[in-house]
Amino acid sequence: MVKKKDYSAGLPDPTPLIEDIISKYPSKIAKKRKKGMVANDPEVDQEVQANVRTIPGIITQRGCTYAGCKGVVLGPTRDIINLVHGPIGCSFYAWLTRRNQTRPAEGEDNFITYSFSTDMQDENIVFGGEVKLKEAIREAHALFNPKAIGIFSTCPVGLIGDDVHSVSRDMQAELGINIFGFSCEGYRGVSQSAGHHIANNGVFKNVVGLNDRPRESKFQMNLLGEYNIGGDAFELEALFEEIGIELISTFSGNSTIKSMEYSHTVDLNIVMCHRSINYIAEMMEEKYGIPWIKANFIGADATAKTLRKVGEFFDDADLTAKIEEVIARESAKVQVVMDAIKPKTEGKLAMMFVGGSRAHHYQELFKELGMTTVSAGYEFAHRDDYEGRKVIPNIKIDADTRNIEDLTIEKTDNPELWRDDLVTKKAALEEKGYAFSDYEGMMPEMAKNSLVIDDVSHHETEKLIEFYKPDIFCAGIKEKYVVQKSGIPLKQLHSYDYGGPYTAFGGAINFFKEMERMLVTDVWKMVDSPWKSEPEIVGSMTINA
Amino acid sequence: MLLRHTTEKEIDRKALTINPAKTCQPVGAMYAALGIHGCLPHSHGSQGCCSYHRTALTRHYKEPVMAATSSFTEGSSVFGGQANLLQAIGTIFSVYDPEIIAVHSTCLSETIGDDLKQIVAKANADGKVPEGKHVIEAATPSYVGSHVTGYHNMLESIVKYFAIKTDEAKRQINLLAGWVEPSDMRELKRITKMMGIKTVLAPDTSDVLDAPMTGKFEMYPKGGTTIPELVSMGDSMKTVAIGQFGTKGAAVALDNSCKVPFDLLDLPIGVKATDRFIMSLSKAGAVSVPEEIDMERGRLMDMITDMHQYFYGKRVALFGDPDQLIPMVEFLLDLDMVPAYVVSGTPGKAFEKRLKEVLGDKIDQVKYKNGANADMFQLHQWIKQEGVDLLIGNTYGKYISLDEKIPFLRMGFPIVDRVGHSYFPTLGYMGGIRILEKMLDLIMQYQDENSPEEAVELVM
Repeated sequence: MVKKKDYSAGLPDPTPLIEDIISKYPSKIAKKRKKGMVANDPEVDQEVQANVRTIPGIITQRGCTYAGCKGVVLGPTRDIINLVHGPIGCSFYAWLTRRNQTRPAEGEDNFITYSFSTDMQDENIVFGGEVKLKEAIREAHALFNPKAIGIFSTCPVGLIGDDVHSVSRDMQAELGINIFGFSCEGYRGVSQSAGHHIANNGVFKNVVGLNDRPRESKFQMNLLGEYNIGGDAFELEALFEEIGIELISTFSGNSTIKSMEYSHTVDLNIVMCHRSINYIAEMMEEKYGIPWIKANFIGADATAKTLRKVGEFFDDADLTAKIEEVIARESAKVQVVMDAIKPKTEGKLAMMFVGGSRAHHYQELFKELGMTTVSAGYEFAHRDDYEGRKVIPNIKIDADTRNIEDLTIEKTDNPELWRDDLVTKKAALEEKGYAFSDYEGMMPEMAKNSLVIDDVSHHETEKLIEFYKPDIFCAGIKEKYVVQKSGIPLKQLHSYDYGGPYTAFGGAINFFKEMERMLVTDVWKMVDSPWKSEPEIVGSMTINA
Repeated sequence: MLLRHTTEKEIDRKALTINPAKTCQPVGAMYAALGIHGCLPHSHGSQGCCSYHRTALTRHYKEPVMAATSSFTEGSSVFGGQANLLQAIGTIFSVYDPEIIAVHSTCLSETIGDDLKQIVAKANADGKVPEGKHVIEAATPSYVGSHVTGYHNMLESIVKYFAIKTDEAKRQINLLAGWVEPSDMRELKRITKMMGIKTVLAPDTSDVLDAPMTGKFEMYPKGGTTIPELVSMGDSMKTVAIGQFGTKGAAVALDNSCKVPFDLLDLPIGVKATDRFIMSLSKAGAVSVPEEIDMERGRLMDMITDMHQYFYGKRVALFGDPDQLIPMVEFLLDLDMVPAYVVSGTPGKAFEKRLKEVLGDKIDQVKYKNGANADMFQLHQWIKQEGVDLLIGNTYGKYISLDEKIPFLRMGFPIVDRVGHSYFPTLGYMGGIRILEKMLDLIMQYQDENSPEEAVELVM
């Protein structure tokens, strides 16, 4: 068993560790990787290199643009046929593998359990795949009669010159349903992040605003960047229903294309995963004047804080009272569980390398359990997710970013849709110090001398484990058994190890109990065979059989 | 209903694949390479390929699956991936220090025309491959064949690269295994040991993808066929290749380059396929079949004859890979079961040919389809048209099974919602017993749950 470290007096300066990590790299790589590692000081503005290319040959956690577009953003929406144009693998691997739960009503469309592909063969690569794609769209329409079809480009598609956008237009004219394409070839960006942006653009251009449904509720809001993994969105839906705020659409967990079409009729957008969906929030504000705020529902305190912020925005006495009632009632339940578990988890060490939000959000839960996050980083985030949105004007736009279309959004010319009332309200609230369109990032909330690492590699993971000997490591499935073989439990924060939900108050309770299971168990202590510590047993068995 | 849009009404589909019964080549190449000791698979393509394949293999085996990627960007896609691969090779050897890098291509690198052979030759010429280390490569375009093809192509490349014929003939047999579990690899070694035949098994994922918990992560676990073993394959007396979709190329290559003759057999699943395997080994190694093996066969036959009533006449739908499906169909026939529907996304005329040989005059009872247009959606439609008593296939069969309330036996790749496949073999006579046990568990459970109270049986 590994000997645990005691950092109760503060974390050690990780600079020697950084030097040790990069000493194994060839000098050019060492120089580049060093820029992605920062010994954190929450009091000082520090720059971390992020959203840049992974060095070929480095074993990375990252995936591709297609994964971010189809897998993350569009995948969780149930009433659209997501047709993958390419060889079979890309559709196969994104088939039900992200745990996006959805609850269709009886008779309502749900295509999430299906995988659709044009299964391109070599003749399609040589002679082009547009004819096959069109036929596949016709067949999907004939069999399923969907409201919408999304076409996702895989790597070969752009290279052979198939134009998914013109095919979509042609087929939309032929079939009379909404059909749109995404140029989300895997190589388009440096990670999944490019795919998120492409998906945001496509959904905003082709879906948002198609239906100007009149207002049905007093308080209308969208939840952005919540993909309902393990039922997270269900928790939030229940919360807002009780409070009396109507969630018009969620992008995109337990959600429908239909609801996205009238998602521009809300008063406020709240953004969970800033990295994957801030673009739509920005574009909705530019076009319709709808403001957005950053939300965090991971952790009981964070949830209460977000709810109060939403309440402050709507500024309604009944709503505020209801919010306080729910916070009081639910926080009490969380407190009971926390009080029982915290003594067992206090002082333990965690590290997390995942996503573009979760490596930040989940630190809240560990904090509530009295644990320290010694090191953390994102898989595909940008500098603003680390340092806060204040750095956005200073982020150097490189060729890889320029590659992704940045839509120019014009203010809607429909005066009924432009929300002057919200613009005024935003200005008034800002006067009072209310923060809109803001995200302060991960680093200001992390401890001094915690080690921030972007796009952590396998080699770095091994070194981190050796140095910190954490009690728990949070990452994804590719890292899961690597870390566990080292004798340290790993909690998957993409799939939640098939557990969850972890959002809001109920989610916090689930997570605390999960941490109790993982951190209090003795199973890891049984790993060493007893005879290894008693050599005399070996000695006494040398009698000839 | 999980698959609420599936109805029995088929349309003639030519372009749309729904719920595939296959995936793409590179994942097979990655799996085959993991069966070589000290080997790091490398995916020459976008990061997503490597990430997806590692994920799929990790979820199936519940083990670390290490592999690197060329991390293509738009620039490399336009100007070629040579620079990426050269850099990757240098980086991998200095940071991760494998004995071998096994590079496979992807649809992306194939489409832009990257020539792996030429790039690897350049890496060697440029001194990027340290003395005594190796880089092997296999073309595995995702738009040809399936994951099984990728396994086949990588195995062929491995053997071609390493096997050398010297003047010294070796009293040993090459055993080339199709895509089977680590448990099956271990079982194959147990069987040849019992037979008293010195064997080189390639690839060999036992002790790699079923590694023990020790508290220490090993990037290159104990298992895997070693380089000296691979080299020695050129001097072996004979090659026994099991599962032609996975091994034919490697077997032929050993024959062509090293004049090692081969037997190309089905995977030893069930009685007759295992009989053929044992007899082939016996002849190849010039050894008689030991009593222990006869006893194992006897135990399997005992179970079949004792339990025949529960198998007789049961209709079964199967999907998966040809190398598993062919002997499974034969095994089901031998149990007097009816393999009503057989589907594989893996193309190849050999599937139909072999299926016809196995099925004989029973071919008319069976609906089968393989290749790019064969998918699980159609299999489900067939089941809706006329039901079955048992479904056999990978984890995705769960959705059909739950909707149609059909007992479901997990076999094949990937199985991501149950464990055991990596520890308990389905090859050989003992593997046959395990298949029977699992089928009987399902059949009896179904009978128990669906019997009126007065008819619930205590005894089978």
